[in-house]
Amino acid sequence: MIEFLGVPLPLFMGQLLIGLINGSFYAVLSLGLALIFGLLNIVNFAHGALYMVGAFVAYLLLQFIGIGYWPALILAPVIVAGLGMLIERFLLRPLHDLDHLYGLLLTFGLALVLEGTFRHFYGVSGMPYSIPDSLAGAQRLMVPTWLTGEDPVFMMALPNYRAWVIVASLIVCTATWILIERTKLGALMRAATEKPDLVRAFGVNVPALITLTYGLGVGLAAFAGVLAAPIYSVNPIMGSNIIIVVFAIVVIGGLGSIGGAIVSGFLLGVIEGITKVFYPEASNVVIFVVMAIVLIVRPAGLFGKGA
Amino acid sequence: MTEPLLKVAGLNAWYGESHILHGMDFEVRPGEVVTLIGRNGAGKTTTLRAIMGMVKNRTGSVLLGGTETVKMPAERVARLGIAICPEERGIFSSLNVTENLTLPPVIAEGGMSLEEVYSLFPILKERGKSQGTKLSGGEQQMLAIARILRTGAKLLMLDEPTEGLAPVIVEQIGKTIQELRKRDFTILLVEQNFRFASSVADRHYVVEHGNVIDEIANEAIDQNREKLTQYLGV
Ligand SMILES: Nc1ncnc2c1ncn2[C@@H]1O[C@H](COP(=O)(O)OP(=O)(O)OP(=O)(O)O)[C@@H](O)[C@H]1O
Ligand SMILES: [Mg+2]
Repeated sequence: MIEFLGVPLPLFMGQLLIGLINGSFYAVLSLGLALIFGLLNIVNFAHGALYMVGAFVAYLLLQFIGIGYWPALILAPVIVAGLGMLIERFLLRPLHDLDHLYGLLLTFGLALVLEGTFRHFYGVSGMPYSIPDSLAGAQRLMVPTWLTGEDPVFMMALPNYRAWVIVASLIVCTATWILIERTKLGALMRAATEKPDLVRAFGVNVPALITLTYGLGVGLAAFAGVLAAPIYSVNPIMGSNIIIVVFAIVVIGGLGSIGGAIVSGFLLGVIEGITKVFYPEASNVVIFVVMAIVLIVRPAGLFGKGA
Repeated sequence: MTEPLLKVAGLNAWYGESHILHGMDFEVRPGEVVTLIGRNGAGKTTTLRAIMGMVKNRTGSVLLGGTETVKMPAERVARLGIAICPEERGIFSSLNVTENLTLPPVIAEGGMSLEEVYSLFPILKERGKSQGTKLSGGEQQMLAIARILRTGAKLLMLDEPTEGLAPVIVEQIGKTIQELRKRDFTILLVEQNFRFASSVADRHYVVEHGNVIDEIANEAIDQNREKLTQYLGV
C-alpha cells in the first residue's frame, strides 16, 4: 500500500475528500452570510436555520407532492429565498434605522423559532433523504501509473454524489461571484454596501435591493441544505451544528468579503480534513485556532479590506 | 417669468436632535446656474442633502418642477430629474471607473451618451479599468460630475466641486459648467471660492446659520464686494 507523509494514501485521500465536501458547504454558507453582512450590516444568525429549512423543504416536497431531488435543488432555494425576502421586508426592514444589534437579535430569535418549530414536529433524530439514482454508486480512483511507474494502485473510492456536491458548490460559488463582481446588479450591490444613501440618491430603490440580497443569501443557504440532505440526513439541528464553524470562517475570510468567504470555506474544510489524518484530536477545534491566529495577525480577516 | 424648476420654501432640517436648517427660501429657474455661498458650517451641504431626501428629517416645501417632494424617499426624488455630486465626491472604491460612471440608472431621456461624456472627460475612458478611488482628487471630481450627466437629470447639484483642487483643474471644471449650461442643464452650485462662483453663476444666495440671508445677482457683484467679504469672513 502506498503511503503519503506516513499515512496510507486511501486514508489521506478519504479525509481530503471529506474536507472538500465540508468545505463546499462552508463556502456556500459563508458566501451567503458575507453577502447579507455587506448590505445589511448584520450577521445573519438565522442562516443555519434557513439552511436546515432548505433541506426540510426538499424533504417535504418529496413526502407530500413527490417532487424529487433535481427539481427540489432549484425549488427549495427559491421557496426559502421567498421566505427570506418576506422576513427581510416585514421583520428586518423596520429595524434598518436602528442599531444593527437589533437586527442581529431578531435573526437570532428567528433561528430559535425555526429550529424549535421543526424539532416540535420532527424531533432530532433526522429523516433520511436518498441520493438521486443518477448519482448512485462510486468511482474507484487509481494512482496514475506515470506517478508510480508501476501497475495502477488503488487511491480512493469517490462516491458520485460527493463529487457532485463539490462540483455543484463550485458552480454556485462561481456564478454568485460573477453576479456580484461582473454584472450591473452586482455593481449596485457593491455600491450600496459602501454608500447606501448616495446610491438611493441616484434613484435606486436600495431597500428593495437589500430585500433581494437577503433572499439571495438565504437561497444559497437553502441550496446547501438540499445538497446536504442525502449526506447528513434532514435534521432540525443540522443548521446549528454547522453555523458556528461557518461564522468562524466568515471571520477568517474577512467580514463581507465575497471572494474571501468562498476561498476560506474550501480552504478550512480541507485544513479540517487533513488535521483529522494527522492529529484527529484537534480536528474539531482547528478552525477556531486558525480564527484566533488570523484575528491576532490580521484582524480584518485574510481578505478583508482594513478594519 | 418662467416657473422655477426648484422652489424651496420654509425648509427646516435636523440631524438627530440638532436643528440645522431654519426655514430656507430660494428658487432656481430652468437653465440657471445658482450658487449657495456661505461660511463653513452654514448649512449648504445640508440644504442639498435635504432637497435630495438624503436628510430625512425635514419639513417645509421642496417643489421640483411643481411636485412636492418633502415627504418622498431619496430614490423617488431622484426620479423627478435631479442628481447630486456630493462634497466628498462619493466615488465607490469597490467599483472601477467605468462601473462608477455607469452606476446611476438613467431616469429620463435626454441625458448625455457615454461617448459625449468621454469627449468632455477623456481621462475617464483611459482609466476605465482602474479602481475608482485610485484616481487623483481632480479626476475623482470629474468622475463624480460625469456620472450624473448620463442619467437624464436636468437639475444638477454640485457641492464644492473645486474644493482642494489645483487652479488648472478648477479652470477645467469652470469650463465644464459653462458647457453644461449650454446643454440646458440647470445647476445649483455650492461654492466657497467666490471668484470661481462669480465666473459661472447667474445669481448667488448667501447662507448663514441655516437661513438664506441675502440674494445677489452676478452683475451686481462688484457693488457688493464689501458685504460679501463680511458674509464669507474672508
Ligand atoms: N451628519 C451630521 N450630524 C450632525 N451634525 C451635522 C452632520 N453634518 C453636518 N452637521 C452640522 O450641520 C451644520 C451644517 O453643516 P453643513 O455640512 O451643511 O455645512 P456647510 O455649509 O456645507 O459647510 P462646509 O462649507 O464646511 O462644507 C454644521 O454645524 C455641522 O456641524
Ligand atoms: Mg459643505
